Amino acid sequence: MSLLQKELTAGRFVTTAEIAPPKGVEIQSALATAANFVDVTAVNVTDNQGANMRMTPLVMAGKLVEAGIEPVLQLTCRDRNRLALQSDLLGASALGIKNILLLSGDHARFGDHPEARSVFDLDSVQLLQAVHNIEQGCDMAGQELAGQPVFFSGAAVSPESEPFELMFQKYRKKIEAGARFFQTQAVFDPVKFERFMVEAGQLNVPVLAGILLLKSARMARFLNANIPGVRVPESLIDRLEKSTSPLEEGVAIAKEMVALARSCCQGVHLMTLGHEERMPEILASS
Amino acid sequence: MIISSQKKKEELLAALDGVEKVFLVGCGACATACKSGGEEEVFQMQEWLDSVDREVTGSVVIDETCHIMRAGRDLRHHRQSVEDADALLVLSCGAGIQSISSNNDKRVIGGLDSLFLGNIRRFGQYEEKCSLCGECILNETAGICPVTNCAKGLLNGPCGGMEEGTCEVDREIDCAWHLIYERLKLQKRSGVFARTVPPKNWDRRGKPGRFNIKK
Repeated sequence: MSLLQKELTAGRFVTTAEIAPPKGVEIQSALATAANFVDVTAVNVTDNQGANMRMTPLVMAGKLVEAGIEPVLQLTCRDRNRLALQSDLLGASALGIKNILLLSGDHARFGDHPEARSVFDLDSVQLLQAVHNIEQGCDMAGQELAGQPVFFSGAAVSPESEPFELMFQKYRKKIEAGARFFQTQAVFDPVKFERFMVEAGQLNVPVLAGILLLKSARMARFLNANIPGVRVPESLIDRLEKSTSPLEEGVAIAKEMVALARSCCQGVHLMTLGHEERMPEILASS
Repeated sequence: MIISSQKKKEELLAALDGVEKVFLVGCGACATACKSGGEEEVFQMQEWLDSVDREVTGSVVIDETCHIMRAGRDLRHHRQSVEDADALLVLSCGAGIQSISSNNDKRVIGGLDSLFLGNIRRFGQYEEKCSLCGECILNETAGICPVTNCAKGLLNGPCGGMEEGTCEVDREIDCAWHLIYERLKLQKRSGVFARTVPPKNWDRRGKPGRFNIKK
C-alpha cells in the first residue's frame, strides 16, 4: 500500500506537491526540487502538462522511487492510445510506482506542439476502468497478465466548474470506475468549493484541494485567460493588485485556502511554482 | 456533404511543375456547393492556368466525381483532350480526385483540400457535426454528437476545462456535453448519463473503409 493511501485511509490530512519532468535530459534539478519538499506525502509528476513536450513522467517517477520519494504518476489520454496507456501502467508497476492520477489531458492546441494529433482513444473514466481491470490481472482485451499490479488510482475534478450537476455526474462516474482519491484543479472560490464538498463528502472518496500560489495580479489574469478550468475571482485579483507585496498576499490567500481545506476535505495539492520555500508557511495552521 | 477549399495558388504552381498541358475536372456535387470546384471555379481556374502559361486541353464538370464509374465514363467522352494533357487538375474532394486516378494512369493534381463532412448553416458557412466514426451514439446523446462536437471526443461527460458551459479550446464554442446535458434535461431523459460508455470500437473505422450493401 502506498504511503499516500495509508495516510488517507488513516484519516490524516495529506499534502501533495508536484514537479514537472525536464524539458531535456537533465533530471537533477527536478529531483532536487522533489527532495526539498517538506511535509509532503507524495509528489505528482506531470505528464506533458499543458501539452508541452517534456521527458516522460514514467521515467521521472521511477527516479523518484529510486530516491526514496513517493510519486504520483500522472497519465493523460491525450498522447497515448489504449495499448500505450496499459503498457505504461505495467511499466509503472515494475518501477514500484503505486499512485497514479488518470487524466484526459489538456488539448494539444494549448501547448508547444499545437499541430500534434491528439489521441483521446480513451477518456479518463475509461482509463480508470482499464486500471481496475489491470489490477484484476486482465488487460482491456480480456487477456490474462503475468502478475497483478496494485495501484492507488486517483482522478481530477474541477469543483468550481458550472453547471455543477454536469461536472458532478462525471465525478460520480469516476468513482464508479475506480477512483480512490481526487486532486482538484486549483480552487479559489470558498463558496463553490464548500458546495462541492457537501456533495462529494457523501461519496466518501478523499479529496485533495488544489491550491495554487498566486504571485501577482498579472499571473492571476494569465491563469484565467490561458489555463482551462482555473478561475481566479476578481476579488482576489483586486487584493493582489492593491497589495504592496503581491507574493505575500498570494501566500496569505493560499493559507486561507489551506484553512478551508482543513475544514472540509482530506488534504491539499500544493502548486507553488518556484516558491517551494514558502510551502511550510502556507501549510502551517494559523 | 464534403467541405473543401482550394489550395493556395503557390502550392498549385509547385504541383504543376513540369506540366504544360492540363485537363480540368470539376465536381457538380459538394465542390460546386462549396464554391471550390463547380462550373464557375473551373472557368476561373482555366483563366489562371492561361495566366501562368499552361495550356488547357479541355474541361468537364462531372455530376458526382466520387462516382468512380461515372467519372470514368465522363473522362472517356473527352478522351482526346485528356490524352493531349500532361496532367489532370481535379477540383473535387480527395474521394473525387481518386475516382479520377482510379480511371487514368496520367498524373493527377488535386486542386482542393478536403476538410470535413459538413452541414450547411447558410451559404458559405459549414459546420462539422459527424465524424463518420462507425458507432453512432446520437440516440443517447439527444442528437448531439460528442465524438465530433467535443474537441477531445470524450464519451463520459465534459473535461475539466469546461467553464460556464463553454469549451476549453474555444470559449466562443459551447461545450458539447453542456448542450447534451441541457437537451436531455429538457426531454426529461437521463440518456447517456445513465451509463458509463465503454471505449469506442475504432475497428469499425478500419481503413480503408469498405461497405457492400449486398452482403
